[in-house]
Amino acid sequence: MRKTLAYAALIFLSALFVAPFLWTLITAVKSQADLVAYPPVLWPADWHWENFTDAWGKLSFNIFLKNSVIVVVLSTIGQLFSSSLVAFGFARFRFPGRDAIFVLLLATMMIPWDVKMIPLYMEFNYLGWINTLKPLIVPAWFSEAFFVFLLRQYIMTIPTEIDEAARMDGANAWQIYWKIHLPLMAPALVLVGTFQFINAWNDYLGPLIYLNDQTTYTLPLGLALFKGLHEVDVVSIAAVTIILCLPPLALFFYAQRYIMDSALGSSVKG
Amino acid sequence: MVHASGGASLADLRIESLHKSFGPVDVLKGIDLAIRDGEFVSFLGPSGCGKSTLLRSIAGLETLTGGAIHLGGRDITDLPSARRDIAMVFQNYALYPHMNVRKNMSFGLSLNGMKTAEIDRRVAEAADILRITDLLARKPKQLSGGQRQRVAIGRAIVRKPQLFLLDEPLSNLDAGLRVTMRAELAALHERLGVTMIYVTHDQVEAMTLSHRVVVLDKGRVSQFGSPLELFHRPANLFVAGFIGSPKMNFLPARITGQGEGAITLRADGTASDLTIATPARPDPARPVTLGIRPDRLEIVGEGEGQLTGTVQLMERLGTESHAHIALADGTVLVAITDGTHPARAHDRVGLRIPAADAHVFDADGLALPRALDPATERLLTQ
Ligand SMILES: Nc1ncnc2c1ncn2[C@@H]1O[C@H](COP(=O)(O)OP(=O)(O)O)[C@@H](O)[C@H]1O
Ligand SMILES: [Mg+2]
Repeated sequence: MRKTLAYAALIFLSALFVAPFLWTLITAVKSQADLVAYPPVLWPADWHWENFTDAWGKLSFNIFLKNSVIVVVLSTIGQLFSSSLVAFGFARFRFPGRDAIFVLLLATMMIPWDVKMIPLYMEFNYLGWINTLKPLIVPAWFSEAFFVFLLRQYIMTIPTEIDEAARMDGANAWQIYWKIHLPLMAPALVLVGTFQFINAWNDYLGPLIYLNDQTTYTLPLGLALFKGLHEVDVVSIAAVTIILCLPPLALFFYAQRYIMDSALGSSVKG
Repeated sequence: MVHASGGASLADLRIESLHKSFGPVDVLKGIDLAIRDGEFVSFLGPSGCGKSTLLRSIAGLETLTGGAIHLGGRDITDLPSARRDIAMVFQNYALYPHMNVRKNMSFGLSLNGMKTAEIDRRVAEAADILRITDLLARKPKQLSGGQRQRVAIGRAIVRKPQLFLLDEPLSNLDAGLRVTMRAELAALHERLGVTMIYVTHDQVEAMTLSHRVVVLDKGRVSQFGSPLELFHRPANLFVAGFIGSPKMNFLPARITGQGEGAITLRADGTASDLTIATPARPDPARPVTLGIRPDRLEIVGEGEGQLTGTVQLMERLGTESHAHIALADGTVLVAITDGTHPARAHDRVGLRIPAADAHVFDADGLALPRALDPATERLLTQ
């Protein structure tokens, strides 16, 4: 009985989550007539798959895609590298003020993006980086407090004797990081990488502020171009939205088991 | 890297007034040791006495507060671990979890830029010695405790170090495997002939494996000697009580007379004096402690011997029995008798202390020199 209730609740919740996605998908394949029909067409008779290619072709989405890929790939590499390196430092080195600095780092998580927006704009403007992809990439190379925290916790589950064994084997600190901890961190890195990828892929506000020229636009900005002053191309928005959902979905399916693993804290044992 | 070739650079380990403190806590309070090339030495002591800290100091994993360490004539005090020519086997093995056995063993060699052919040769040789050749492709997770232990030893062997350090290497194994690995370690030492230092809190391991044992007590060397020296000539109360199982019996005593090469003393609760041969002349005004090993304490009829007590407990182990005998003041002494000794709980018995087997410790807990029977003496001087 309780099981039935639980299943009912789960099915209801899943439906609730899937519904907007399904609605978007259905909208994406509607004809113009079906779109404006009243009462709304729940299940179109003709599925216009060509809407996807049409929408993609209406604007320079290949350029937006290229920009997005550059931003996502470079910022994810940067985030993985810098956060893991900083985490390694905090987890394995003793230096005066370490714990205070770490708390300070964590405190930066409490500063909302809205507060940093204008100073950051001024800073990047000063550097001449406005209208380039740099403001969307470079900050990721300076690590992110939450990721540092996560990776540091992960490193701390690994016995220090392993570092010491490597030290006796002749490894220096860099080699211990690169050859021992980085491979051991892989599950946590998948988690961090997935977060960073999805954040960068979906980021709208950042590109909106820093990018003016359409040749530098990323996909979310390109998508927003369909919302013109006079009309909104609903079908194209839906079609491109569906396309944009696919990479994060694929990534998430692939990364799922690592994410579950590291979220459950089952790291390297013995 | 050349080990004992021509005997020119012997891997003697010399430690001079080594001090180590963690913040305000003094853990090692002045350690002096000289360990000979090729020797198997154990650091033995209760948990927390500083064994691991001493070993890690030798390995270069701890920064010393004071003192110096020399290995094979080189001052290695300030050398980084990797350049000391020392390998260590950790208590929890500390294998690299993401590397297979082969990589675990070759990691250090390839870091040092050794040629692949030579690495392969050394790994194969070590794997052969340790009989882990068919495990080379496995990850540590897929190995049993005993196999991990072998891999950890293999990782140390391939480097052909001057000195091997092993920190309680058998403590994570079950009892049966521990005995097997103990024998294998002895054989390995025999085969490699390299200096080994072995940390343990298990006196049986220390006594059976070592040429000499360093007994540590609260950060100091309590005694450094061969297993039999520690047993027959413990230097102080700590070693006397720590080595031997069941423990040595102790009785407070006072000196009643001093003669030529002998003293007489009377232990509390005893009916007669005991004359003990020793060249020492302790201060008669200060109390001493009389020690007698359980296997030398004799159970005799009530009224015979120097002491009388009540049997509290008779532990029958088959070949021998351990009798726990309570004296009038509550002190419990343990005597080992033969397996078929008829004494039972609540029996009143007498106890005899053979003077030749007694140990005497002065008021500061230091042993007075004692004479041994010729057979034991011969064993000790071998
Ligand atoms: N890194 C450390 N920081 C502070 N105290 C330590 C540290 N390592 C060891 N100690 C202390 O030093 C003492 C000796 O430890 P250890 O050498 O591990 O003992 P053993 O190996 O003989 O059991 C213990 O009291 C322990 O708490
Ligand atoms: Mg220890």
